[in-house]
Amino acid sequence: MKQKKRVKLKKNELQAYSMAVIPVLLVFVFNYLPMVGIVIAFKNYKFGRGIWGSDWVGFDNFKFFFKSSDFTRITWNTLYMNFIFIVLGTVSAIAVALLLYHIKSRKMTKIYQTIMITPNFISWVVASYMVYAFLNPRYGMVNTILEMFGKNSVDWYAKADAWPLILTIAYIWKHVGMDSVLYYASLMGIDSTYFEAAEVDGANRFQVVKSIMLPMLVPLITILTIMKVGGIFNADFGLFYQLTRDSGMLYKTTDVIDTYIFRAMREVGDMGRSAAVGLVQSVVGLILVLTTNHIVKKFNADNALF
Amino acid sequence: MKKKSRVTQTILNLTFIIFCSMIAIPFVMLVSASLSSEQDIIDYGYAIFPRSISFEAYKYVFKNPKSILDAYKTTITFSVTQTFLSVLLSAMFAYPLSKPHLRGKKYLNFYLYFTALFSGGLVPSYILQTRYLHLNDTIWVYIIPGLIGSYHVFMMRTFFKEIPYEITESMMMDGASEYTIFFRSIVPLSKPVLATVALLKFLGNWNSWYTTMLYIDNAELYSLQYLLQKILRDIAFLQEHADLSMSMIMDLMDVPTETVRMAMAIVVAGPALVIFPFFQKYFVKGMTVGAVKG
Repeated sequence: MKQKKRVKLKKNELQAYSMAVIPVLLVFVFNYLPMVGIVIAFKNYKFGRGIWGSDWVGFDNFKFFFKSSDFTRITWNTLYMNFIFIVLGTVSAIAVALLLYHIKSRKMTKIYQTIMITPNFISWVVASYMVYAFLNPRYGMVNTILEMFGKNSVDWYAKADAWPLILTIAYIWKHVGMDSVLYYASLMGIDSTYFEAAEVDGANRFQVVKSIMLPMLVPLITILTIMKVGGIFNADFGLFYQLTRDSGMLYKTTDVIDTYIFRAMREVGDMGRSAAVGLVQSVVGLILVLTTNHIVKKFNADNALF
Repeated sequence: MKKKSRVTQTILNLTFIIFCSMIAIPFVMLVSASLSSEQDIIDYGYAIFPRSISFEAYKYVFKNPKSILDAYKTTITFSVTQTFLSVLLSAMFAYPLSKPHLRGKKYLNFYLYFTALFSGGLVPSYILQTRYLHLNDTIWVYIIPGLIGSYHVFMMRTFFKEIPYEITESMMMDGASEYTIFFRSIVPLSKPVLATVALLKFLGNWNSWYTTMLYIDNAELYSLQYLLQKILRDIAFLQEHADLSMSMIMDLMDVPTETVRMAMAIVVAGPALVIFPFFQKYFVKGMTVGAVKG
């Protein structure tokens, strides 16, 4: 039998660990304790009786959710909208980076970048004011323009079909500047000898983009996309809640998992169901992140998260 | 050849001028609406440029500024405190994780990393914070729960790792404690990453409304963004129900609702919007560091 070795930490190691005591406790309270609270998903939670006093109901909360029409609606909306955001967000960010790369004036490049990044600092609440200025049924600019052309004005906050497009525009508006920065930095890092060789061979601008720049961006595109796919089950709550002003008539296209969980808890007060949907989201999210990380590792171990 | 390239540059610049204008239009509209007279909005609707300049809306906003001042006070208080404590504690967590020879480090690492993979979700956190910790309706609910985020700790750890270990080693030889090493050498050498995390945190705090929506009932503790959200929804509510009684309509007539709303948005969002772009390079850095290395 091997003798059990007691690891004795040196003074310096103890000091290093002691530094982490408060952060570790905070993580325990605010990240690990709620994991215990997952049991609520299997209970009929009553405020008066607390977590441990409420009755067990097994998988009833899950069954209720999976059988309802809500399930297909919010899952579809979440996946569909996130898919559009990933595809169009990536394409627009790359397009902006490529065009920006070809601007010769450094000063202009800086100015354009600053303007494009500014929406990143805006909260969705302030953005919802801007959207309101466009879409307000009575005074909004979009309706003013429609009326100018003799068309009927539209009550946008009741027209569900229009919102996938509106939300996509808002998403790109907010993110394109910041997202293009990464691609732009990557383009700036390409070895200039490639371009010199291309010039010697008489390649035109489009050939350079197609045969040098885009292939050079492929690793970054792959990794960023895979990482975004890892989060495809989580929606940006602010975007879907603030811009739509939580209008019930828009739920058909704008109700996503995160808004549903929030409403089930705060407005309906059904803690059990809300917790059950939250647990489904966490578990699917975990599986997605583990899978995508596994794939990233195959491409490039340096970029894997763990 | 030369001529062709100049034409290309002009087209490219024009493209960006149009694209940037489109991005800027919502901001311009917000400012113009706040400077318009209520009658212009009612007659002609929202426009990119105001027909005539009027400060009525701002006068109205500042006539009774208590709620705005309260929200500013609350938001500044928790943003500054939360940002400072968060950066300090995250760095103190990141430091042991960055040490090359610390035994048992991988357990500590996993302990933090797991929180990025899995969470208990909204309901358990909500019940914990309201029922057991009683943080609701206190300023602490803005400050304490979000102090440690794995993403920021890992960002710092990556940066600390790059600091030459010889510095730490030579200080250890001189008998310095880990605390001395941390505060005297690691912190001063890591200003870029600490500044980046501080700015990201501050921006997040400044733009926070979700916490208020979940946990705060006391109007004095509203955050700025939540106050805005409430104004947009409440006036809309009044308008929708205005036809209930004549006196209510009369009351509403006195309130330049559309322009006041926009003026509120400017008063709340404006100062930050002017300041944040100055720190652009830190945000860009934060994104490049964070996106490529978890």
